[in-house]
Amino acid sequence: MTEYPLKPEERVLFALRGLYQKYGYSQFKMSKFEEYDLYARNKDFLISDGVITFTDTDGRLMALKPDVTLSIIKNTRHAPGDVQKLYYSENVYRISGSTRSFKEIMQTGLECIGDVDLYNLCEVISLAAQSLKLIDPHYVLDLSHMGVVSALVDALQPEGEVREQVLRCVAEKNADGVRKLCPGQNTDAICAMIAARGPARDVIESMRPWCADGPAREALAELERVAAVLSATGCEGVNVDFSIVNDMNYYNGIVFMGYIDGIPSSVLSGGQYDKLMRRMGHASRAVGFAIYTDLLERLSGGQRPYDVDTVLLYDDSADAAALSLAIQKLTGSGGSVCALKRVPEKLRYRRLLRFEEGGIASNA
Amino acid sequence: MLNIALPKGRLGEKVYAMFAAAGFECPSILEPNRKLIFENEAAGVRYFWVKPSDVAIYVERGAADIGVAGKDILLEYAPEVYELLDLNVGVCRMAVAAKRDFRDNPERTLRVATKFANIARRYYAGLGRDIDIIHLNGSIELAPILGLSDVIVDIVETGKTLLENDLVPMETIVPISARLIANKASYKFHADEIEAVARGLKRQVKA
Repeated sequence: MTEYPLKPEERVLFALRGLYQKYGYSQFKMSKFEEYDLYARNKDFLISDGVITFTDTDGRLMALKPDVTLSIIKNTRHAPGDVQKLYYSENVYRISGSTRSFKEIMQTGLECIGDVDLYNLCEVISLAAQSLKLIDPHYVLDLSHMGVVSALVDALQPEGEVREQVLRCVAEKNADGVRKLCPGQNTDAICAMIAARGPARDVIESMRPWCADGPAREALAELERVAAVLSATGCEGVNVDFSIVNDMNYYNGIVFMGYIDGIPSSVLSGGQYDKLMRRMGHASRAVGFAIYTDLLERLSGGQRPYDVDTVLLYDDSADAAALSLAIQKLTGSGGSVCALKRVPEKLRYRRLLRFEEGGIASNA
Repeated sequence: MLNIALPKGRLGEKVYAMFAAAGFECPSILEPNRKLIFENEAAGVRYFWVKPSDVAIYVERGAADIGVAGKDILLEYAPEVYELLDLNVGVCRMAVAAKRDFRDNPERTLRVATKFANIARRYYAGLGRDIDIIHLNGSIELAPILGLSDVIVDIVETGKTLLENDLVPMETIVPISARLIANKASYKFHADEIEAVARGLKRQVKA
């Protein structure tokens, strides 16, 4: 019998909206267009480089939005002590995959903006974990702290391009690469950080000797505070892995990524982006995440075995009212029915019935 | 069960020998036939041979959990994968080569023939040199001889092919060797198995 008509990704979207509303997040709706200037000023924040642009009737250069976060920040008005909790489910337009062509992608996400405190931070991370769990119980949410990564990398005092390359090696878990980039230097701390992965408590313990003082120690302590809250509230599936290295011009503090078993890339990405707030002239802090719902198509699994449960064949002599009643009766019993005069070549069906005067013949 | 993409050819055979020595053998792989997939359930591994330049795609897209790809391919296509280990086999270098009597004239756009357009573009952008990329798929050495390009950017192993065609390597762009790569999402769910393979292979790496 045909299951309910919602596809798995649609069912997930509904469930996510319910989850966010339950925690007091309100929906942010926006228009499809935004002034291009907003994206030009924060180009590196965007996941892909291309933006679809057009000239508006008044001559302004407009863009089909490739991102929602920048629009949310632009529209926030901050008062001290306030925290704004917003979620969105919007189509964005991005260059996608190896075809390098524009795609309309459904993106769902959540932002918490204002005087973000430890509770808010943990709430957002916990909602990220709960979102993943709603998608599939086999998930992993990896946490990292940009402060730990940048402190350990900066300890080697790499210059300009070398720093970028070392950060790339951290993101690739490429310890050999770090050693080659910094010959003659002690890279043990970075290599330990690259190798560290697993439950938060174990990883934090293993990193403590390498983060004994300064900003590294502070950052590790913050990660530990967050991990302690998450653990106390029963938040499952959370690991620490420092290979999450988001752009340091925008992100700071905790960053995280979510994975679902069976989907080959991350489906959720987020973190604290206080630096982006500052760049856009806001004094407040912010944390949020986005879920790439287009990837959830992969959850649908294989192909459907049938296009329709029942094909009901009729001919020109059939009485339309009697045919309608017969179909009502068949659909009433739960299956899907397609009334046709002839069966299309590629249609796959479970059973074939013929409508005849006076009723349905059990077999065509 | 870990899916492992190996590059077809001499390098792949060398790399398989390292996997086997590390305890992940699959004897059927050595039988002479045209099969593409080989499995050893007891060792928890399934190997398949793919075109060397495709290994990164198989791994990035999750069809393989891990694989072995040349650094040249990783630099050219920049796939979103973990690069867990330098296997130190298939060692060569990405280099600029030209005819023996070539003198660069910085006032002119340099014509560069290569299979590795992104690597070449990045290298010359770093030097601030204006170039024209001529993308070729093979016999790159012909380009400067026939005047199609001024220089080539290609892999140089022994330099013998260059020498036989009266070309000389001028600059090394980057050293190349085979790397163990892993799909990022697979790593999250099979980290222990993948790390066990990486540790085993590390013991086989010759300095």
